[in-house]
Amino acid sequence: MKKAIILFAFVSVFYSCKKDEPVNLNPTGSVVINFNHMAGFNALVMDNAVNYVNANSDTFSVQVFKYYISNIKLTSKDGTVFSEKESYHLIDAGNPNRTAFTVANVPYGDYTSVSFIIGVDSARNCSGAQTGDLDPALGMFWMWDTGYIFAELVGHSPQDTAAGLNHMFTYAIIGYQGQYKAMKTVTIPFYNDAKVAATATPTVNLKTDVLEWFKTPHTISIAAVPFTDVPNQVTLNFADNYADMITLQNIRNQ
Amino acid sequence: MKRNKHILFISAAVTVAFIFLNACKKEDAATKQPLAFSHLDVPSGWPAPHYDYSTNKLTEAGFILGRKLFYETKLSKDNSISCGSCHQQASGFSNQGHSLSTGVDGQLGKRNAPAISNLIWQTNFMWTGGVNNIEVMPLSPISNHLEMNETIANAVSKLQNDAQYPPLFNAAFGTSTINSQLLLKAMAQFTGMLVSSHSKYDAYTNGEIDLTTNETNGLNLFNQKCASCHPAPLFTNLQYINFGLDSIFNDPGRSEITGMAADSGKFKVPSLRNVALSYPYMHDGRFATLEQVLDHYSHGIVHSATLSPLLNNITPLSVTEKQDIISFLNTLTDETFINDERFKNPN
Repeated sequence: MKKAIILFAFVSVFYSCKKDEPVNLNPTGSVVINFNHMAGFNALVMDNAVNYVNANSDTFSVQVFKYYISNIKLTSKDGTVFSEKESYHLIDAGNPNRTAFTVANVPYGDYTSVSFIIGVDSARNCSGAQTGDLDPALGMFWMWDTGYIFAELVGHSPQDTAAGLNHMFTYAIIGYQGQYKAMKTVTIPFYNDAKVAATATPTVNLKTDVLEWFKTPHTISIAAVPFTDVPNQVTLNFADNYADMITLQNIRNQ
Repeated sequence: MKRNKHILFISAAVTVAFIFLNACKKEDAATKQPLAFSHLDVPSGWPAPHYDYSTNKLTEAGFILGRKLFYETKLSKDNSISCGSCHQQASGFSNQGHSLSTGVDGQLGKRNAPAISNLIWQTNFMWTGGVNNIEVMPLSPISNHLEMNETIANAVSKLQNDAQYPPLFNAAFGTSTINSQLLLKAMAQFTGMLVSSHSKYDAYTNGEIDLTTNETNGLNLFNQKCASCHPAPLFTNLQYINFGLDSIFNDPGRSEITGMAADSGKFKVPSLRNVALSYPYMHDGRFATLEQVLDHYSHGIVHSATLSPLLNNITPLSVTEKQDIISFLNTLTDETFINDERFKNPN
């Protein structure tokens, strides 16, 4: 009899636990981060026939424009910070499937800013074989001087007259250690809160302006710098420049 | 009560299993040459490996897959060469007799293919240390247009479409969907297992045999003159130095990676394990024999701004001293390693 009572007590405890389960105390939703690529006020297209003008008055077209967005953090109104796990996203202005991503498992709440690294944190540059958006097969991993290409811009400019390049310029921004660390942390405050709730998945619309690569704080001439693919001061100058290439367009709550 | 019995049974089972495993372990230790495929041979007295497989669990299936990939010609653009083409077991996984190695389409590589062993103790790879992890080491030779000239995406796709590979990946990693990460992790399970620690020198340090008089003299000279850059047991200090080869650097060396002029003309100090087999020598394979290498250090040092200070005031070696050092260097040849059945081409 005693045994039966104990058994009953156990069952009751388990049962009551089970009953509580459906009430999720930490419900989560999603946030969509979307990138619109521009050259100043013009939409950016990957087309050798469409020209833009940079801060140095160089004419140029764009063939490849890719960059990593990593370590995404969303800060809510009450100050709590949500950090996305495995937060590595390759953005490719020339691939419509790679201009937006969804951040999942975001606790319900009102978010007031997003921060991220343009590039890939130091640790993941030397942690061996990676997959997903960090898969070296995606062409953004430098293999003879291992590390990720944080951002890549390739195009043509009549001002680029360097021998053998056929007016092509190539900027591969790398460098995760020593004096030439090119990772750039960016924080973007929202104009209005991004509300994450059961019925609300906000979209954060960002604008990425390619013209920023060439202006402030360093005005860069394509003729003078047609090429960079090693960690050095030129590479750092580009990273300094593009640190503010991403700005907020709007928050769409829906 | 029933529960107690259950626990008792589990404990008994665990104990039996433990005894059994221990017994197996003892047997392994007793066998001089470990035949297990997933047994990492960390020789006693050696430092802990830099790469320890904590994020890449060593298994027999993983090792077997990695070995097959190491010898897989499909990793090259025209399916003609594999890693094993330029890293041959019989010569300590070097390309004996080749200053530079031939890649696809008869292209000549840029630097001498180094001998491979004891890679898990290394922090960086290649002559200039540009590769920072053993797992990503194969990417450069696979993709280099002078070597295998294949894209990683194509290599993965060729393996996926080869009926042999999906089951092997499934056995090793529980998925038959191949990606570059699994390809590289499997390869590291093979390349990291290439441990050379059964040379005559090792037998001597383990107290199993004596060295000859010449070899002993050579060891003493080596310890005086060479060991600061080539310390045992790895026979490299893993540093980058200017060996005094040139005054004008046709190959910028380490500075190509660091961007610093102070690193111009510097290359990684190579391990000397199996050095007698891995000729020719230096980053460009300019010296055909060990005699030529010793002649260089004896009286051929070329001064330049980045020359290692250790090479500034060299006392020339006598003919006998050179012969003795070479006798000693020959004791670093590891017959067990170059004949190890586990490392042979299975294809």
